[in-house]
Amino acid sequence: MSRYEPDERGYWGEFGGRFVPETLVAPLDELTENYLALRDDAEFSREFLYYLRDFAGRPTPLYLAERLTEKLGGARIFLKREDLTHTGAHKINNAIGQILLARRMGKTRIIAETGAGQHGVATATVCARFGLECVIYMGTEDIRRQELNVFRMRMLGAEVHGVDSGSRTLKDAINESLRDWVTNVRDTYYLLGSALGPHPYPLMVRDFQSVIGREAREQFLEREGSLPDALVACVGGGSNAIGLFHAFLEDDVRMIGVEAGGSGDKLGMHAARFAAGGHVGILQGTKSYVLQDAAGQVAATHSISAGLDYASIGPEHAYLRAIGRVEYASATDDEALAAFTELSSTEGIIPALETAHGIAHAIKLAPKLSPEAAMIVNLSGRGDKDLMSVAEYENGRAEQ
Amino acid sequence: MSRIASRFEELRSAGRKGFIPFVSAGDPDLETSFRIVLALADLGADIIELGVPFSDPMADGPTIQASSMRALANGVRLEDVIELSRQIRESSEVPIVLFSYLNPLYQYGLERLAHDAAGSGIDGILVTDAVDEEAAEIGAIFRSNGLDLISLIAPTTSDERLAKIAANANGFLYAVSRAGVTGARSETSSAAEELVRRARAVTDLPVAVGFGISTSGQIEEVWEYADAAVVGSAIVAEIERAISLGNVPERVRAFVGSLLPAVANTGTEN
Repeated sequence: MSRYEPDERGYWGEFGGRFVPETLVAPLDELTENYLALRDDAEFSREFLYYLRDFAGRPTPLYLAERLTEKLGGARIFLKREDLTHTGAHKINNAIGQILLARRMGKTRIIAETGAGQHGVATATVCARFGLECVIYMGTEDIRRQELNVFRMRMLGAEVHGVDSGSRTLKDAINESLRDWVTNVRDTYYLLGSALGPHPYPLMVRDFQSVIGREAREQFLEREGSLPDALVACVGGGSNAIGLFHAFLEDDVRMIGVEAGGSGDKLGMHAARFAAGGHVGILQGTKSYVLQDAAGQVAATHSISAGLDYASIGPEHAYLRAIGRVEYASATDDEALAAFTELSSTEGIIPALETAHGIAHAIKLAPKLSPEAAMIVNLSGRGDKDLMSVAEYENGRAEQ
Repeated sequence: MSRIASRFEELRSAGRKGFIPFVSAGDPDLETSFRIVLALADLGADIIELGVPFSDPMADGPTIQASSMRALANGVRLEDVIELSRQIRESSEVPIVLFSYLNPLYQYGLERLAHDAAGSGIDGILVTDAVDEEAAEIGAIFRSNGLDLISLIAPTTSDERLAKIAANANGFLYAVSRAGVTGARSETSSAAEELVRRARAVTDLPVAVGFGISTSGQIEEVWEYADAAVVGSAIVAEIERAISLGNVPERVRAFVGSLLPAVANTGTEN
């Protein structure tokens, strides 16, 4: 078995596993059993690919960002255009995979957490498509900064519940989703949106998202007759990054995950679990790096992007870092914002603020590489949802 | 024999059922928790469950979440909870069980925790989010220090799992009355009785029922089929109410006293 596959208890090395209250063990067993059976089911794969193509609009293009490349004067930058999928972000890939699974399991009520709202929108979309009841949990701070996505979810027929506990962001939305699930286990399917949580979620989400890297690898090979030198993707929970990286893990390709550096290095000012002081802990069902204090209380986080604003990171990333396969860097709020503006004005593509962290790193890295080199940046989502936040942030900065 | 086992032994031979109150340690502050626990012991609590506050209590409803946050706002840490237990032990022989999520314990160090907890008179620890192999590893560490690993069982737990959990558990089994988070509910579910019946078929360990028990009627109902009733959120809610009124330990004593009309005469009833 590849060293990139978890063991049967969902561990990649020491990371992952299943840390949940007893009530959730049976539904997780049921989920694992059903998923593993479908993982190799040709009919399920056909159905999944059909919806990816005809509903979500795959394959997405691999696009050479010529003007940005020229301006930076280094490696060629290719963008994997997940922003062009239906609903505007990579989240739809996983939502389709899991909704098909939920249907096969006979579940009638779907719940999900959302940070930036992209996973919530993707979930509400597939629920509308299949006529299933949909409840989305979202921190009230995120509701404030991602209002457009809240309207979209409601338009799609989802019930959006504001979560007022903790830091009122993604982590708290996950807690509330877990509480709902533990209360309604029999008819409810928890459609988790990132490569985190208890086994089998990190594996399953990774599998559903790995279509990104499979396409990108094939597209790049076809175009260039070789493999790219580097891959870059932003990392909150880590689903778009692992989705891009997975197909390249056995190749000689450098990979860089970019965390949210926020507004400073102090605990509470960022969401850089690797880059700035996280250590191994257990949060929301999995063992991974967690930003926390010495007593094991989970720290508040900050990022200009709601989707990266999370205290932990998917366990597979913790493992890939531990074995030295993937590098992790961070980009600050300001760097992300500059990249947001740069890509918009140079390429005519407005990226999500999450994605802008990956772009920010690419902007730093490209000039250090030769013009013969090539990198693929996962353009994980579009930025329409962020325009109000960006305007607000720019105004705030102008007033200082 | 551990303090927990002997308490259940005493209850059994007296033909009585147990009462297990839960409070979050350090809510509203450590000194008040100390006085509340002594009042509860004085009222006849058979075991005290002390909640270790955690920032992300995913199995708890709003009442215990809020109480956890109040304790954390006071900077209460696991070492404070251990020290609180040591002080309680100096004044009372009531068995103490910590109720915690894994991460604060993990950061403290499980070996160190087991050593310090046992040395401070703590009798058992329930780790909400540890199951299977992880629970077995923790259980082994606890046992080698003379601590009981208290385990949860739920209506969703299969008979096969029940037997496995019971084999790794000590002290008593904590049966979750229904699928859900902690918090008061107006009625207990029939699922609890069925779960206790299934547990009896695979183990001789005493079984306590908790989650959602908030009235004397519910306690008496649980006592008909289980060995003890756990009351958490109802007491925590009373603490929350009492904070703004003052005299928290006295108010909690009065409230719990009123919850337990049957305590004095359970000996003859059962």
